[in-house]
Amino acid sequence: MASYTFWRLVQGLVILKLVLVCVFLLLHLTGDPAAVLAPVDATEQDITRIRRELGLDTPLHVQYARFFAGAIRGNFGRSFEHEQPAFWIVMEHLPATLELTAAAFFFSVAVGIPLGCLAAYKENSLFDRVGIGWAVVAQAVPDFWLALMMIMVFSVFLGALPAFGRGGLAHLVMPAFAASTFQAARLARLMRSEMLEVLRREYILTARSKGLSEKMVLFRHALKNSSIPIVTVLGLDLGILLGGTVIIETVFAWPGVGRLTVQAIYHRDFPVVQTAVFVLAAGFVFINLAVDILYRALDPRIEYR
Amino acid sequence: MSRSIDVIHGGEWAAAAAQWARVLRSLRRQKSAVLGIVLLALAVVVALFAPYLAPMDPGSQALGRNLLPPLTVADGRMFLMGTDHLGRDILSRLIFSGRVSLTVGFFSVLFSAAIGLAIGLVSGYYGGRVDFCLMRLVDLVLSFPFILLALATIAILGPSILLIIAVISLRIWVVFARVVRGVSLSIREREFVQAALALGAGDLRVIARHILPNVLSPCIIIGSLYLGRMIIIESGLSFLGLGVPPPTPSWGGMLSEGRNYIYTSWWVVTFPGLSIMLTVLGSNLVGDWLRNILDPRLRD
Repeated sequence: MASYTFWRLVQGLVILKLVLVCVFLLLHLTGDPAAVLAPVDATEQDITRIRRELGLDTPLHVQYARFFAGAIRGNFGRSFEHEQPAFWIVMEHLPATLELTAAAFFFSVAVGIPLGCLAAYKENSLFDRVGIGWAVVAQAVPDFWLALMMIMVFSVFLGALPAFGRGGLAHLVMPAFAASTFQAARLARLMRSEMLEVLRREYILTARSKGLSEKMVLFRHALKNSSIPIVTVLGLDLGILLGGTVIIETVFAWPGVGRLTVQAIYHRDFPVVQTAVFVLAAGFVFINLAVDILYRALDPRIEYR
Repeated sequence: MSRSIDVIHGGEWAAAAAQWARVLRSLRRQKSAVLGIVLLALAVVVALFAPYLAPMDPGSQALGRNLLPPLTVADGRMFLMGTDHLGRDILSRLIFSGRVSLTVGFFSVLFSAAIGLAIGLVSGYYGGRVDFCLMRLVDLVLSFPFILLALATIAILGPSILLIIAVISLRIWVVFARVVRGVSLSIREREFVQAALALGAGDLRVIARHILPNVLSPCIIIGSLYLGRMIIIESGLSFLGLGVPPPTPSWGGMLSEGRNYIYTSWWVVTFPGLSIMLTVLGSNLVGDWLRNILDPRLRD
């Protein structure tokens, strides 16, 4: 287990290094990073000046070495727009994104898991049909449209919830719900099929014939065994949510990393964009690492590589 | 495999007839599949024949008739779904918008499947170090916050339909690659492959004749399941202003423009979203159905 954890850690670090290379190369996509970094109305002279100031006239590997040396110290350059280190700005916006991600994750688990379990337990009942029908439709709804429709119903027509901004619980409900619906629906369907499979197994029959209560059978035997594949999916979902609330943040003017980055992209503030992409990727790698280790702790049958 | 047995017994016609009978039976059992096929076919037909079906030119503006609610009669004709802030007919714009979404969706599926097939086959067939490196590449792609990276790339290179397809494909191929790799890994160990190798068949021949046919049906399933998701991604990019550039109508673009009028005019954001939803629902239902008849064990 210890050696597995070690190798997985090394793997994570290698991936992060590659992410850094990609983030670095992002600015070189057009071949002329100075032109990308320059303001829209920059003259030829401005571009030459930027090229010299940022050392963009040196060979690529020298530039990368400098970028890398800065990045591992958390120095991704200064934001053009905010006149502050880009890393700070991203970190400042991170709590809002984490809050939204956590709330959305909580919603999707709280809806998806019980719905999927009950639907499987009462297979082909009305509950099953309606629940799964909802899940099928919910998977087809674009989250940002759902967000707009919710704003229209709950903020415009009913005046019940604030349409934008971050504040108390009332501000969080709609963004978290909109961001979690797809995941909740997918989780419900996955949980249902996983549970159906487990409920057909012999040990469930054994548990029942032993005279165990239905509650015991369902929670101790069925849920526990079907939870193993679900954990991986949950981990992936958490990572996807972390970087996937971008549009939702934009719709609700939620002051998180996603909205910050979209605005930075509009203003061509690329140090912020690079930092945000790296920070979110690091979060994703970390979550996956944790899930993989947890996964093996949950199911001792899985081999260590 | 069952088909080759049928071929021996009753000829190809009988085999084809049996297949169609099976398809029809499964459609009768799974009513939602019929709905899916109808929705998807409708979307495709509307997109193909947009110029003949649209009641108006989707770009025709008239400020005198802006933000008319649905079913309003103006200028001597009825605006079934109302008009937007520039007085353009929403129905006509919806009809033309489907072209962008379906084009992006279709070609993204095609390209992702091609890349995913190539990498998945090599990875699964050769295994070892090649497999290890390719799978780390998959991890790398997966660990990027996709939408942000896509937005940044499009902002730097300038939006175009080709770039959007490329950006989406460069992410989604991973899904195909993983499944194809898994299937090839297991097929590679099967007796008929080992027998072919023992008879001196080359790698390329084994891959093409024995492994490829077995990974095709998972690819078809994933393709139809991801078509909808790609349409959602495309409309999300358009919504953020980095999709297909403005004069071309797109569902996401309509939502992004209509967003500012949400307080007064519900129809400008309702209908484009419904169009996306129904198209995606159609392709998801078709995907579910294909999974049920081709390979029930395959997971998303």
